[in-house]
Amino acid sequence: MAESRSIKQRTPLRIRVEPRLSEPPAWFPAVVSFSAILVALILGGILISFAGGDPIRSYIHIAKASFGDIGVISDTIVKATPIILAALACSVAFRMKLWNIGAEGQFIMGAFGASAIVLAPVLPAETPPWIFIPVMMLAGMAAGALWGFIPGYLKAKFNVNEIISTLMLNYVAVAWVNFWIFGVWTEGGFQMSPKFPVAANLPRLTDFAKIFPIFRGLTTHLGLVIGIVAAIILWFIIFRSRWGYEIRLIGDNPQAARYAGINITKNVIWVMMLSGALAGLGGMSEVTGVVHRLQTAPLAAGYGFTGIIVAWLAKLNPLVIIVASVLFGALILAGREIQPSGVPKMIQGIILVCLIASDFLLRYRIVIERGEE
Amino acid sequence: MISELFTVTVLIGILASGIRLATPYLYASIGETFGQRSGVLNLGVEGQMLLGAFAAFYVALTTGSLWLGILAAMIVGALMGLIMAFVTVNLHAQQGISGIGFYLFGLGLSDLLFQKLMGTVETVKGFPPIKIPWFSSIPGVGEIFFSQNILVYGAYLLVPLAWFVLNKTTLGLKIRSVGENPDAADSLGVSVARIRYFTIILGGTLSGIAGASLSIALLNVFQQNMTSGLGFIAVALVYFGAWRPWGVLGGALLFSMVNSLQLWIQVLGIPIPSEIAVMMPYVLTILVLVITVSRVRAPSALTKPFERED
Repeated sequence: MAESRSIKQRTPLRIRVEPRLSEPPAWFPAVVSFSAILVALILGGILISFAGGDPIRSYIHIAKASFGDIGVISDTIVKATPIILAALACSVAFRMKLWNIGAEGQFIMGAFGASAIVLAPVLPAETPPWIFIPVMMLAGMAAGALWGFIPGYLKAKFNVNEIISTLMLNYVAVAWVNFWIFGVWTEGGFQMSPKFPVAANLPRLTDFAKIFPIFRGLTTHLGLVIGIVAAIILWFIIFRSRWGYEIRLIGDNPQAARYAGINITKNVIWVMMLSGALAGLGGMSEVTGVVHRLQTAPLAAGYGFTGIIVAWLAKLNPLVIIVASVLFGALILAGREIQPSGVPKMIQGIILVCLIASDFLLRYRIVIERGEE
Repeated sequence: MISELFTVTVLIGILASGIRLATPYLYASIGETFGQRSGVLNLGVEGQMLLGAFAAFYVALTTGSLWLGILAAMIVGALMGLIMAFVTVNLHAQQGISGIGFYLFGLGLSDLLFQKLMGTVETVKGFPPIKIPWFSSIPGVGEIFFSQNILVYGAYLLVPLAWFVLNKTTLGLKIRSVGENPDAADSLGVSVARIRYFTIILGGTLSGIAGASLSIALLNVFQQNMTSGLGFIAVALVYFGAWRPWGVLGGALLFSMVNSLQLWIQVLGIPIPSEIAVMMPYVLTILVLVITVSRVRAPSALTKPFERED
């Protein structure tokens, strides 16, 4: 007896990994994601201090610069708005295990489609906003959906890898918009279009400052409402509709979906179009709510990539995406003034890698035990 | 105006810079080929290249040694590869998405280090062209092929070397078997994890050199996001080249020749919208994928994590 215990004491601890047989408790994924972000922030902090910065000051600065007062909270929400729509776009494609890396390009094409209504011009500048805005929304969604249709169709018909095709289309989208704003729609030779007429701008809180003085200077715009409504609709589609059931089944078990008679080819195309349309709506919201003219730099700012992170963080749940987008909106907003620049992108990268790595804990159990020889 | 393109001097110029501009693609894509043949999609090449470009430039600037710069780029790339290998091999991460994380990480960190350590754009004297005796004096051909710098020659030597390793050595056989049928490879005693660690770290090292070739051999500056998508194209080139080093070479040359043509069109002020030329390689990649996808097959285990069944 005494001997066996001493053997046990001498044998080292062994770490074993085994697949989870049952679902972990409901709180577990949230704790894992939260810990992953914490680890990411610590890792980021270590890198910042290696580079000669002060991580604590940087983080406090990020918090202050994005949640310090009502004005910056409003700015944070403005930054979160395009992320919501881009993340919704990614989430619906990822749900079907379609790796749409092209929300960035679909976003830009959406902005282009919406801008074309003003710049072509499809509608004259005197058009009232209640016609302008819905038409621009439709145009943005259509252009984004087209940009999602191409990789969707190629995937469904020719089995072309969607990661590569969507990535390539990101660059085509930027070049396409550049072609128009450098030449056809240029504002006096600058690389941007003329400003949109006021009727084609999404209303902002500050526009109502006459009635509610508290709104003065707040730039939060109608795009937020568009994003939230889109999230709610998408939640219903995914979790409460027959189509959503098909999407989830194809994602979880394509074999079973095929046996159930679900048309996967058709769904690949439709889901990519829906994904593109959502990203396109994001581009429309950004160009009409913030930029107010067609210009590549502020539109191709990486919202599509941030959308990937947010979708993953929210575990593809449309409603959680709204909350997660605000956090990343804060990071991007604060990043504009934080020195040295580059910190927000780096932190985003670390967060994404940590999040994906932490998924391991959801699928596997780590067992620590005394080795038995 | 168009006729200006077809003078001998300009044609030689286009071809010579096309050959030169293929260099970063070749290093990165050959590295990526090894990874993908073993079943791992590394979408973080862009980030590895940016960090490699910065490391090489900064070390070359401060020590004055270009070769130490290359070494630094290789170390940084290998480190990125090591982390990526851990995340993909041990933690079974979804490769398409985690790669975007590595891209953003490299993009942000290289920018952060640039701001902190340098602050302003500086230049270094990069690798000088080496004229190969006799060959370089052949009219035209000499200027195009035999008056390049050492990293350019290295990139082209890498292609037959990679072909040889992949197809004619035991290591290559192991890499391919791990990418096609990891279960079978495992049952024959090949360590899937070890092979994948090897290919991912090799890929990272080569991506590091690819970045260095930009910052201390071709452009001789470092700027934020200076790769601007080169690394992503390098990944696409592996598909383009059907996972074969020679195919990758063809794709790299096509891309670099189009880039070079577009640069010359701008230099000569020919009124063709350059955005159309910019678009071409990307559109072409997609078209080539459509045409080839029915005839060539990706490695069966590509992007699938390996799990040993007990």
